[in-house]
Amino acid sequence: MSIRVEHINKRFGDFTALNDVTLDVPDGKLTALLGPSGCGKTTLLRVIAGLEQADSGRILFNGEDSSRAHVRERNVGFVFQHYALFRHMTVFENVAFGLRVKPRRERPSDSEIRAKVTRLLELVHLDWLGHRYPAQLSGGQRQRIALARALAVEPRVLLLDEPFGALDAKVRKDLRRWLRDLHHQLGLTSIFVTHDQEEALELADQVVLINKGAVEQVGEPAQVYSQPATPFVQSFLGHSNLFEGRVVSGALQVEDGGLALPAGSGAEGARVAAYVRPHEFHVTRETSGPGIEAKVARALELGALARIELVGARSGRPFEAEIPKRELAQLALAPGETVRLVPDALRVFPAQEVAAE
Amino acid sequence: MAEAALQQGVAARRGFGGPALWAGLLLVGAAVFFASRGGLVPSGLILALYALFALLGVALAKARSRVLPGFRLTLAITILMLFLIILIPLSAVFINTAQLSWSQIWSAISAPRAVASYKLSFGASLLAAAVNVVFGLILAWAITRYRFPGRKLVDALIDLPFALPTAVAGIALTALYAKNGWFGAFLEGQLGIKIAFSQLGVLVALIFIGLPFVVRTVQPVLEDLDAEYEEAAASLGANRAQTIWRVVLPALYPALLTGFAMAFARALGEYGSVIFIAGNIPLVSEITPLIIITKLEQYDYAGATAIAAVMLVVSFALLLAINALQVWSARRTERS
Repeated sequence: MSIRVEHINKRFGDFTALNDVTLDVPDGKLTALLGPSGCGKTTLLRVIAGLEQADSGRILFNGEDSSRAHVRERNVGFVFQHYALFRHMTVFENVAFGLRVKPRRERPSDSEIRAKVTRLLELVHLDWLGHRYPAQLSGGQRQRIALARALAVEPRVLLLDEPFGALDAKVRKDLRRWLRDLHHQLGLTSIFVTHDQEEALELADQVVLINKGAVEQVGEPAQVYSQPATPFVQSFLGHSNLFEGRVVSGALQVEDGGLALPAGSGAEGARVAAYVRPHEFHVTRETSGPGIEAKVARALELGALARIELVGARSGRPFEAEIPKRELAQLALAPGETVRLVPDALRVFPAQEVAAE
Repeated sequence: MAEAALQQGVAARRGFGGPALWAGLLLVGAAVFFASRGGLVPSGLILALYALFALLGVALAKARSRVLPGFRLTLAITILMLFLIILIPLSAVFINTAQLSWSQIWSAISAPRAVASYKLSFGASLLAAAVNVVFGLILAWAITRYRFPGRKLVDALIDLPFALPTAVAGIALTALYAKNGWFGAFLEGQLGIKIAFSQLGVLVALIFIGLPFVVRTVQPVLEDLDAEYEEAAASLGANRAQTIWRVVLPALYPALLTGFAMAFARALGEYGSVIFIAGNIPLVSEITPLIIITKLEQYDYAGATAIAAVMLVVSFALLLAINALQVWSARRTERS
């Protein structure tokens, strides 16, 4: 089941939650809606589910307009952030709920319901918990029961709102891998909302970056990370050093030095912003040529990489560089020493577009 | 779960105290009653028993050291208040009754007028509480779930039966439902339904005074009940009726039970508003509190307290049953 979102607008009073959002979710893929809190990603998920009505725009399931369909008729599985398990029902009855409320002629018999619920509980590896109440389960178990409950009605798409948001780090990691496997097993078109970039990049086939109610970029995880389309994506994903200044004879001039710009980055005299990820810096003791002059504040060894914290020689602004540990040993940097940072790669955006974070 | 614990705490605060307390009170009451039959001086015994009860509580508390200070002080004040305001006055009922012989007691409490009044008082109170549960729920639903002009006013008006002197309510209701009143003229004149000066009048008055109890117990629970549960039910294909019936109502059961119990207890003790509208026809529309007052006016104190004791014991038993039901439903859904 493919989903197409067309020109969706949604306002809450004066607040624009979604601003002309258009998006394609391919069949059978796991898509992540990623963005900072309050960016509208959950609203978009709720509009797709039919829990929220858009002010304008269309939602198409397999090319068929479902914008006016009630959530009941959309046949979507929705997993709520806090699971919304029915407290007064056992785990078994929670999962069976969607089957028991079917109209009489579509409703499976009791033995069929029993078999199906048992199968679903086995799928989420919790078949031994059927008689318990939700209050007796751990967070991770509730999450999986909520998923089993959503799957019971054989939804056309699966929508998950911050599926791991309320779990602790260890459980989150396990569940993430488990959800990934489950998705492969079922092949169900799925969308999940998250503000955790690691989660989105690790789990999703396709990542949709959302900021202030608008889609910033859609792409595969590796693509959005290495080729960010906007300053927002660049600064939201991973860590970046930002340099703002004017283009002077093909280089970006800043207080602490100059950065060579790729051809066509900006007209002479234009204000631009250049982003360099810490691992893209090369640290050298050479005193001539382009580069940023900075003083070493301290060096941290973290696994295979060493992180060097520096401050601009003249501006005093903090920078970060990451180099292989071996290189750090060879350099033998002393705190306070002035070095030169030369980027291997950088991405340039016109300065006025820089997203205020 | 913090959420569940909170719910349970709220339920406990709204309840009528633990069933253990009720059972303890009943036991002590009965013990005193029997002790006094033997010609012993009962009051000393009662106080001794109650003191034992209280000391037991303090001693139990002493066994543990606590992080929050002030436990024993507040417990002592609680027990003192319980004595002065509730236990000693209530035990006076049994002490007074004890002046009569068994046969005198039996003839007082089984007199036809008294029996008719029990039926009316308990029947009308239960019925009124049941009606209030239904309409109180709808009212609470309307003012928590929807935004409409005048909502705050409706919300404030619900408390009026709490604040109004009950005699005023009685007079107002009587004026409305009497044969020449606005409603009475239509109901009695056109449809032949007699409300004022009949058993129906008692029911109307009891519904009036009990309504806020149900609304005020259900309202906060409804406000806390996340719309997410209803959304989850809808996304699983449930229609509106199924969602209400299978998801919303079960979540409200404990609050509805509490509201029912409070409305019922209030209705049972109501006097002021009922005596105006009931007409107080012997064997037909006399409520038990009226019988008690009548006996008091005839200086039949022991007879009055005998009937009061019947009310007390039956009320205890009913509230105990409701309390047990609450504990059972809370345990079923909120254990963690």
